[in-house]
Amino acid sequence: MTPPAAPGEAPERVHAEDPAHALPPESGGTERSGRRSGRVVLDDEAIRRALKRIAHEIVESADGTDHLYLVAIPNGGVPLGRLLVDNLESLTGARPPLGILDTTLYRDDLSTRGSRPLLRRTEMPSSVDGRVVVLVEDVVNTGRTIRAGMDALMDFGRPSHVRVVALVDRGHRELPIKIDYVGKNIPTQPGDKVVFRAPLSAEGEPAVADQDGDGPTRVGTLELSVLEADGEEGGGR
Amino acid sequence: MSRLIVRNGRLLDPSQDLDLEAGQAELLIEDGRIATLATGGDAIPTDGAEVVDAEGAWIAPGLIDVHTHLREPGQEYKEDLASGGTAAVAGGFTQVACMANTDPVNDDPSVTKYILDRAEKESPAKVRVIAAATRGLRGEVMTEMMALREAGAVAFSDDGAVIMDSGVMRRVLEYSKMADAPVIVHAEDCTLRGGGVVNEGPVATRLGLPGNPAAAEEIMVARDVRLASLTGAHVHVAHVSTAGAVHMIRKAREAGIRVTAEVTPHHLTLTDEATMGFDTNTRVAPPLRSRTDVDALRAALADGVIDVIATDHAPHASHEKEVEFTEAPPGMIGLETAVAVCLELVREGTLSPLELVRRLSTEGARILGLEGGSLREGAPGDVALIDPGREWTYDPAQGFSKSRNSPWSGETFTGRVKATIVDGRLVYDFDRGVLIR
Amino acid sequence: MIGRDILGIEDLSREDIETILETAERMQEIGNREVKKVPTLRGRTHINLFFEPSTRTQTSFEIAGKRLAADVVNFSVSSSSVTKKETLLDTAKTLDAMDPDVVVVRHKVAGVPHRLAEVLEAPVINAGDGAHEHPSQALLDMLTVREQKGRIEGLTVTIIGDIAHSRVARSNIYGFRKLGAEVRVAGPPTMLPAEIEQLGVKAYTNLREAIEGADVVMALRIQMERLEGACFPSVREYAATFGLDRARLRYAKEDAIVMHPGPVNRGVELAHELADHRPSVILDQVRNGVALRMALLYLVAGRGGR
Repeated sequence: MTPPAAPGEAPERVHAEDPAHALPPESGGTERSGRRSGRVVLDDEAIRRALKRIAHEIVESADGTDHLYLVAIPNGGVPLGRLLVDNLESLTGARPPLGILDTTLYRDDLSTRGSRPLLRRTEMPSSVDGRVVVLVEDVVNTGRTIRAGMDALMDFGRPSHVRVVALVDRGHRELPIKIDYVGKNIPTQPGDKVVFRAPLSAEGEPAVADQDGDGPTRVGTLELSVLEADGEEGGGR
Repeated sequence: MSRLIVRNGRLLDPSQDLDLEAGQAELLIEDGRIATLATGGDAIPTDGAEVVDAEGAWIAPGLIDVHTHLREPGQEYKEDLASGGTAAVAGGFTQVACMANTDPVNDDPSVTKYILDRAEKESPAKVRVIAAATRGLRGEVMTEMMALREAGAVAFSDDGAVIMDSGVMRRVLEYSKMADAPVIVHAEDCTLRGGGVVNEGPVATRLGLPGNPAAAEEIMVARDVRLASLTGAHVHVAHVSTAGAVHMIRKAREAGIRVTAEVTPHHLTLTDEATMGFDTNTRVAPPLRSRTDVDALRAALADGVIDVIATDHAPHASHEKEVEFTEAPPGMIGLETAVAVCLELVREGTLSPLELVRRLSTEGARILGLEGGSLREGAPGDVALIDPGREWTYDPAQGFSKSRNSPWSGETFTGRVKATIVDGRLVYDFDRGVLIR
Repeated sequence: MIGRDILGIEDLSREDIETILETAERMQEIGNREVKKVPTLRGRTHINLFFEPSTRTQTSFEIAGKRLAADVVNFSVSSSSVTKKETLLDTAKTLDAMDPDVVVVRHKVAGVPHRLAEVLEAPVINAGDGAHEHPSQALLDMLTVREQKGRIEGLTVTIIGDIAHSRVARSNIYGFRKLGAEVRVAGPPTMLPAEIEQLGVKAYTNLREAIEGADVVMALRIQMERLEGACFPSVREYAATFGLDRARLRYAKEDAIVMHPGPVNRGVELAHELADHRPSVILDQVRNGVALRMALLYLVAGRGGR
């Protein structure tokens, strides 16, 4: 399914639902032994186009972009966030800061799990006070991760507004969370898995968006895989 | 006239070097003494006698434990003569010698008499008394050994404490010759032991617990052996635990010095590794030692340098043991498990069945000058039936001792005592699950 | 790891240690925030059961628990169970009846956390038991070394002091060795435990040889009571033979770091100049202690994970 890496490219690796980086196996957040049939719902091209469009939408709806602060939710949101920041800079000339905010410690399901998920890096270079914080996530499903992200933001300060960018909206909301800017709406079954695959750097971090200022060769692909067996979806999005 | 016949078992009598297959020998006990030992397949006419069928088990002289703590008077919450005596017969012991570290200390004929009177009424096993060697076990002034002998004491010991002053020890040994009784020594240099609670070595280092070096025992054994030589007294070394001590005792024997020695079932089968996990039931004095020490003890037992197996049965209440390792009093119970634990030595070839019985019975009688340890005609009618194949699981809560401090709780053993006869009366039968008075 | 007892480094695998250190690295960031709190252990009960007084470790665990929004309860028990006439078993059962989610225990006798862990449903974290182990200290030491040196594999770590009576030494020996460092111990012969080489370390009674080429030099606190006249004749002689100062430190690597679990006996284990400035990383150790303890609490707190 996955195309071979072109020369000079970082090897392809799943990170959104990668066992080494995301959820431990027993959470059900990884591929199991069930038969999978998958299809690509957004390829690299499509993702880039979507992010370009979203950048335009942000610029249009924002009251100037001076107060923007993009905060990506790892792992998936990070390469997307970086690309968005690039796009916003080309559109407005100003480059909004990019923070990375791991929401794991704010999850509402920690006590129901068998083990504690591994934590990811948080880096918030700027204060959120008075800013228009735009959370960037790859796939939003139940809305719980965004809710956790908002709880975390409140502990960092008082944003003036909080908006949400999602590359994909799967739509099975369990909380009243709305997406302000969406790449694509994809209808799915609860048992389906939607996986964002992006290249990773040698340290396993999402690849740096700016390589020679041209962005990465590939952002990634968004794949829909349908699990035939009793696929347990862990970590509601 | 009461008559009891024991038949259908493998008869082991170390006093006569007899090891006869099941069916080859029968015993008749009349009025508390062995009247006939019939061999060669002759059957003794029953004539209304009570018959005990050994069902293939070993028929051995009643076992003798030369080192126990029965805690009466003064610490009856841990054990008393009734419960201790019952635990004894459940372990096949028809005679047990009890140490003097009671409360009050048994350093006076009145206490000795008290114990013997009480035991007569309360204990199904016959109790022999070891009186203190020094007043109050303080290691300073010797006790009235002649009066204590007269009251019934069979030996002297400060076990529970140590006579550190060599001058005092020398005089104690000299005097004991007149009293014609062995002095049993707990050989341990307290100043070297310090606060040590486990054998000094890699295990103590890993556990972070203070260590008790083998040298602490070796130094005192060396001293007491020299003093035995100097005085000509009979020194019996209690609970030997180190290869170094074994070596010195062997040399002493070769030189004709009157030294005897005992070893416990736990020192024969457990190493200091058993302490990993901090179970206070493995805290014992002297401590469990290394593999090398255990191997040396087994070899010494096999070749007779160590004469006898003694349990050092040391009951302690649960609330005393369920504390920090360094606060827990040392000691474990052992009367009910001794045979089961020691059968391992037979299974792996260290001892033959006859030798095991010798070390659990005959030698004990010899060292303390007691009747028993024999199935000769005229010997006391004390018999232990041992079934070497019987599987059973040990639960100290179901045992007869009042205390439960054993490292073998929950252990499944192969082999145990099946029945015990004291002075011609069947006082214990495992299958009937009750004690018969 | 939920519900798992952390009784010693000896029982932790290399993977376990790596997981804990990585989690601690993430926790460090929280200490840099305005609101130094996350809701992760909200509503959980964290009991500190300290039989031996210890301001540093207890406070560190308390701050760690509070930063994770746990309800932290401190029990300071000043005497042994014998003095209190309450067995360890009863103490454990009483605690268990309060449904804690994690119990942190310190005691001056080795093995107490293990006995409590046998009875308690909640996970037990050993905050130091006698001379046996002090896992959170060793873990924060490893975290600090990783932070300073980028790795632990291949480094040479020398631990100086009363090794025989030190739980910090033992835990660090196990930990650093599991992560691939070479460990040396140094001290007077009276303070080196029996057969310490069996733990895979080289033992020295000469300070210079012990720290020659070392990347990390860790000085342990000397307990004065044990020192005077017993294991060592005087403080003066100890300082002269094993005390660290800039001159002696030159035998170690140029970029060697100096560590100490604290509190420092100035002028004894470390000269004044070393206690306060680089290359000493003592304050980093303290700072990392909170993050490390947050990591432990995060990973194991919770009943019913056993």
